[in-house]
Order: sequence, then structure tokens, then C-alpha cells
Amino acid sequence: MYASLHLLKSLGITIRRFVDTYVDDLRWFFKGGFGARYTPDTLPIRQSPTTSRGIFTVQYPAERLPLPERFRGFPFLIEEDGRLRCTACGTCARVCPPQCIWIVRASDPETGKPLREPAEFHIDISICMQCGFCAEFCPFDALKMGHEIEIAAYDREKDLLLDLERLRKPISYHAQIHPTEYAAEQERKQAKAARAKKG
Amino acid sequence: MTTEVAPEPADLLTRLQERFPGAVEPAPEPYEGLIVARDRLVEVATFLRDEMGYGYLSNVVGVDYPEEVNGLPPRFEVVYHLFQPTGGPLTLHVHADRENPVVPSLVSVFPAAEFQEREAWDLLGIRFEGHPDLRRILLWEGFDGHPLRKDWHEVYYEEEKKPFSSRWPEGHPVMAESRAPLGRNLRYPPGWSPEDWRPTADAWGYRPHDEVAEQRNPAMPVDRVVLNMGPHHPSTHGVLRLLATLEGERIQKLEPILGFLHRCHEKIGERNTWLGNIPYTDRLDYVCSMTNNWPYVLAVEKLMGVEVPERAEYIRVIMGEFTRFLNHAVSVGFMCNDLGIYFTVMLYALEEREFILDLFEMTAGSRMMCNYMRFGGVAHDMTDEAVGLARELAFERLPRFVDKVDAYLTENELFRARTVGVGVLPPDQAVAYGCSGPLLRGSGVPYDIRRADPYSIYDEFDFDVITAPDGDAYSRYLVRLGEMRESLRILQQALNRLPDGPVMAGKKKATLKVPAGESYGRIEAPKGELGFYVVSDGGPNPYRYHIRAPSFINLGVMGELCRGHLIADVVIILASVDITLGEVDR
Repeated sequence: MYASLHLLKSLGITIRRFVDTYVDDLRWFFKGGFGARYTPDTLPIRQSPTTSRGIFTVQYPAERLPLPERFRGFPFLIEEDGRLRCTACGTCARVCPPQCIWIVRASDPETGKPLREPAEFHIDISICMQCGFCAEFCPFDALKMGHEIEIAAYDREKDLLLDLERLRKPISYHAQIHPTEYAAEQERKQAKAARAKKG
Repeated sequence: MTTEVAPEPADLLTRLQERFPGAVEPAPEPYEGLIVARDRLVEVATFLRDEMGYGYLSNVVGVDYPEEVNGLPPRFEVVYHLFQPTGGPLTLHVHADRENPVVPSLVSVFPAAEFQEREAWDLLGIRFEGHPDLRRILLWEGFDGHPLRKDWHEVYYEEEKKPFSSRWPEGHPVMAESRAPLGRNLRYPPGWSPEDWRPTADAWGYRPHDEVAEQRNPAMPVDRVVLNMGPHHPSTHGVLRLLATLEGERIQKLEPILGFLHRCHEKIGERNTWLGNIPYTDRLDYVCSMTNNWPYVLAVEKLMGVEVPERAEYIRVIMGEFTRFLNHAVSVGFMCNDLGIYFTVMLYALEEREFILDLFEMTAGSRMMCNYMRFGGVAHDMTDEAVGLARELAFERLPRFVDKVDAYLTENELFRARTVGVGVLPPDQAVAYGCSGPLLRGSGVPYDIRRADPYSIYDEFDFDVITAPDGDAYSRYLVRLGEMRESLRILQQALNRLPDGPVMAGKKKATLKVPAGESYGRIEAPKGELGFYVVSDGGPNPYRYHIRAPSFINLGVMGELCRGHLIADVVIILASVDITLGEVDR
């Protein structure tokens, strides 16, 4: 007595899901012709918990899901007005759980005194665990987590041990991927400037 | 578990001292609980179990103190955490000689100690006298030494504690492989050669199985077959190896062989800073990282005495319950996969999981390795968008999913034919083996830490502890289904009452010192009791960091569950226990 009522009910659920995909395809076809379902504009509709119907998968890499602002990729250093915000204080290197950040602090060539900038800055992103502590605890907002995810490479040492040149990103990139955070940053800055003017 | 009234701690101590004069004394500051004389341990444990209601041995952990500290001599220490049906732990400390550490085994009193004592032997070299089968459990025989001893150093050893001084201010990068290149990154015990070594299974793996073969049924002579399932079998949910002795198609004896994913998480944890351990905990049970952060921050917060703001507690509960939902959904899906309902239910579950992961990504910044909780709160606040998505899921979408799974499976004849009466675990055995989570509640034991020993703000929510009486794979499925509904109930209450306010107590600090002491933080994780035992010596790094992993301890009963069943049932029993190998092997 295996094939009976409840089994058929279960199969009914499966078939409904199967049919849903084609119904949804047809719906989009009447709206916009062949392939109308698979355009970037429909992505939010297909991926929303309220409106998603039928097949749920995304045609990666032809389609890509947008990354939320807080997404943690790999760290980068922010360059503002031609110089890095980083002061080589070493907080990120100390807080890094797998210890993949290496910093050489610059020193004045004449006096030998340490300067507030890095001479070398290395992040081994083959070791980086993307925890985001470096960005979270940076006292100068100099280091943020980027949104790159496709970093496959052939050579670990050459391609994945990033140096200062490859870590340096303009502030416009930061503003683009972290709009809310950037706006808050600017607001704080202006408030500070206003206070300084008053005082 | 008996339902005796819990005696007062002071009363307990006097009763123990009356009964065992000179054998029990309170542990000195800053330690908790009692120190028990080594030679009376088994008697004391039996007394506690039978007469004081401490029927549940949750955690056994070894600690190495190579130097005199807090007025106690150099020693190895074994710490036991015992529980009554409600309330917090009773901590027992047993001291062993530093040179020749021997402690009596508690396996005869609490079978739950079997795997954990083997682990303590493996990682710390503490011998347990009377243990039926004291072998290495996570490491192999070609491993040199006992890694959690304080004087043991790994091949890649750099410094005792992080942060390493080579990183700043003169940090010139060096690849770890160049310091210990291939071929020189291994160390064998003295006199041990990999060439002479016979594969482990021959030497010790099959030995207990030969003993079983001796007791073969003479009335029905069937050839004994030793069958290896895994470590690359798709149903083992990772790299787990099951060594089964079969008579015909029936299991006579089955033994899980662990350690293929071992990375000595606890040694890494002792090197790390307190803060640096949080992202590492994500990697334990990689299906539910949110609930892995939680007991660790709970244990450290206990030591630090931090108060968590109300909003942060609510967010923790929301994240924790979403994680439970996600884990149970995927677990039911995998169970169907193992039954041969290939990827239908699984993909339905993964679709819902996708939305929950979106919520995690939006809030914490990562889908699976959330790294979200901090000492004294959570890393980021939930945005309005995230709260909106959470409401949509908790009130609309996920209840529909649970109903669909219920309609799909609960009365499904094929599903029932494979799960009803399979892998029956009687309640007394479940408690004795230290099982927790849906495995324990599936045997009819209503033990849920959220209710029995409430942490965070769980005492403010209205929910039921789901149990099912039969103790078979189907009961465990029913418990998971019920718990998904209860999770949604908690989520709905939490989202309706979510208060405003800060999500962090004080300012986030990169380096923090934790007052000396010991603490055991535990929560009801989706898979069972997840506990973190931490010892602090007052410094910036944990002195000892131990994880009581529910998957690991639940696996201890696997052999009992499978005995007498068909080989095809092993797959479904394992799926109903619900393990994650990242947590089993640590």
C-alpha cells in the first residue's frame, strides 16, 4: 500500500512547483517577449521573498546578484586627495586573527624618526578570512572591505600577496560601494569642521 | 533524568563532605565548583548521579597547568560539567600528576565520557584508568605528542601568542611554506616510521570488530563483512568514516572514525586573542555560524561581567532563531536526500535558506561566516531594510514553507516506511550518552537549555519545548518540524517587541583583558548543547579554550543506534542525528 493518497499529495506539490516555472516564463513572455524574464530589471522581482515564482536560480556569471553594502570582501586602503588615510599605526595588523597583514612603517630618511604613513603594506589574501576586524577597528577609517569576490589566480605569492599598489583604491570606489557609510563619514567630517570654525 | 528538587550549593557541599570526608573541597578563587580527590571520583560521580539528580554529564575537558598558579601545584586538570534537569552546571575539578597524568574513567557512570575522555587523552595525554577503549580519536598514531600541552609546538610555530611581533612595525611578508617547506612540515613520534606503518584499520580499527565476530550466532553462520562507509561517502555529510561489521545485511557493530577535518581549533584558539576567536568559531558548525558566536561571547561576557543592551539581546535571539530554522530546514532536506528523495525537499529548503542568508549578509556582511557577535553586543545594528525582510520571512514566507514540508513529508508513506522505528534511542540512554538537541528531545526528554537554564532573554518569550516520544528517526524529524514552528513563534514575538537603543555596551575595543577565572557558556544550538569552556589567566589571550560540540557528542551514540539495523538504515540514522563535520573534528 505504498502508492496512496499522501504520496500523491506530495507529488502534487512537486508538480505544482514544476509548472510554476513555466507559468512564470509565460507571464514574462506576454509582458516582454522571449527572454524577458532573464534581464537585470527582473532580478529584484525574481529574488524577492514576496514576488519570486517558479525557478529561483540566477544565471551566474551572466547575471550577478547585487552585494549589500556591508558585504565583506577583501580589505583595501583608501586614498584621499592623493595620499593614503593610513597612518601605519598597526591596529589592523594586531587585530587580524590569522595575522595576514604585514606593515613596514615609514621613517624620515634624515632623522630616522617614524612617520605616520606606511612604507610597505602587505595583505596575504590567500590567508585572509574576511572577518572584517581590520576595517572595524581602524581608528582612521583608512581601511575598508571591498566587494571583489572573483580572485582566483595561478600563483599565490605573485597574485594573492597584495602590496601597497594593489591595495590602494581611490575614495570614489569607497563612496560607490559604501554609500550610506560614506555619507555618514562626510556628515561627521562636516560637523567637525563646523565645530572647529566655531571654536 | 530524575526530577528531584535541586539542593542548594552549600548544602550540596556539606552533604558531599559528610559522605566523602576529605575527598571534596571547594575550588579556590577564581575557579568554580569543587575539587574532587582523584581516587574517590567514581564514587562521588555515582552519588551525584543517583542521589543528587546530576544525571547529565555535559562536558569533560582537560587543562594543562605546567606551572604553579593560584596556589595550586603544577598539574593536569580534568574538569567535568554536570547538570540537573534545570539550572546551571556543577563543576568538578580533578587534579592529576603533571609527569604521569592518570585519572579514573567515568565511562562506567556516564557513557557520555567515552568520546570526551578519548579526546582528552588524544590532545593532552591524560590517561583514563578503566576506559574501555582509550585510543586517539581526532589525531592519527603517526602524530607526535599531545598538542594541547603547553610545551608542545607545531611545525609552523612562530610565537606563543598573537599578535606576532613580526607583523608590525617591521613587517616583511614571509610565506609560511617557505619556513616549513613540503617534506619538512611533518614530525613523527620517535622511532616511528611511515614506511613500516600498516594502515590503521588493520592495526586497531578492525580489532574491536574481531571481538564481535567471536560472538557470532552459531545457529546461523553468516560470513562477517567489514564495511567502510566514507570518508568520501555522500551520505556522511562530510569526511566521516563509519566502520561497520555486518552479519548479512545487519549491523553488528559500528564505529565512527573521526578526525579527517581536524585542525586543532583549540590550539589556534589559545594562540589567538580573545576577540580573534570569534571569526574562528564561525567555522565550527559552518551551517549555523550565528549560534557558534553566541556561547563563546556568552562565556567571555560572564568572565568580564558585561551587560548586553536589550536591543542587542533581541537581535541575537532573532539571528539565533533564524539560524535554528535554517539548520532544521536544511537538515530535513538532507535527510530526504539520504532517503533518495534527491534534492527536491533539499532545494525547497535551500531556497528559503537563501533569504535567511540574504538577511545575514545584509546585517553582518557575510552569508555563512557571519562573525556578528561581540563581547557586549553585536557588531552592527539591523537596518530597517533588514528588519523588514526579517518580518516578511517570519510572518509570511517561512510559515508557508513549514506547512509545505509538513504536507509533503509527515504523512508520506515512503518517508514513514523508511524512518518509523529506525534508530530507536531510549530516553535513559539518550541522557546517559550526553545527547542533546533534537536527538534528546526526539527521545521524549523535554530538555531545552532555553527553558532549563535560560540565557540571554529567552525567559521573556512564550514557546513550547517540542518532544516526540518514540526516539526513532521519524520522531527526530517531528521535533525538527515542531521546532521550526516554535522558532517562528519566538521570531514573531521578538520582531514585534524589538526595542530601540544601542547594540553595543560601551565602545568596541580591539585588545581587551579578561579577568582571570573560568567560565562555561552554553546555548541550545540547533544541533544541541553547544558549550564553550574558557579559562583566563588575566591576559589578552585565552589560557584554555574548549568547545563542547553537540555533533561530536551526539555521534557517541551512533554505534548503539545502528546496532541490529540494516546497512541501508545507517544513512538515515546518521542524517537524523544531524552532524556537521566542521564541529565534530574541530
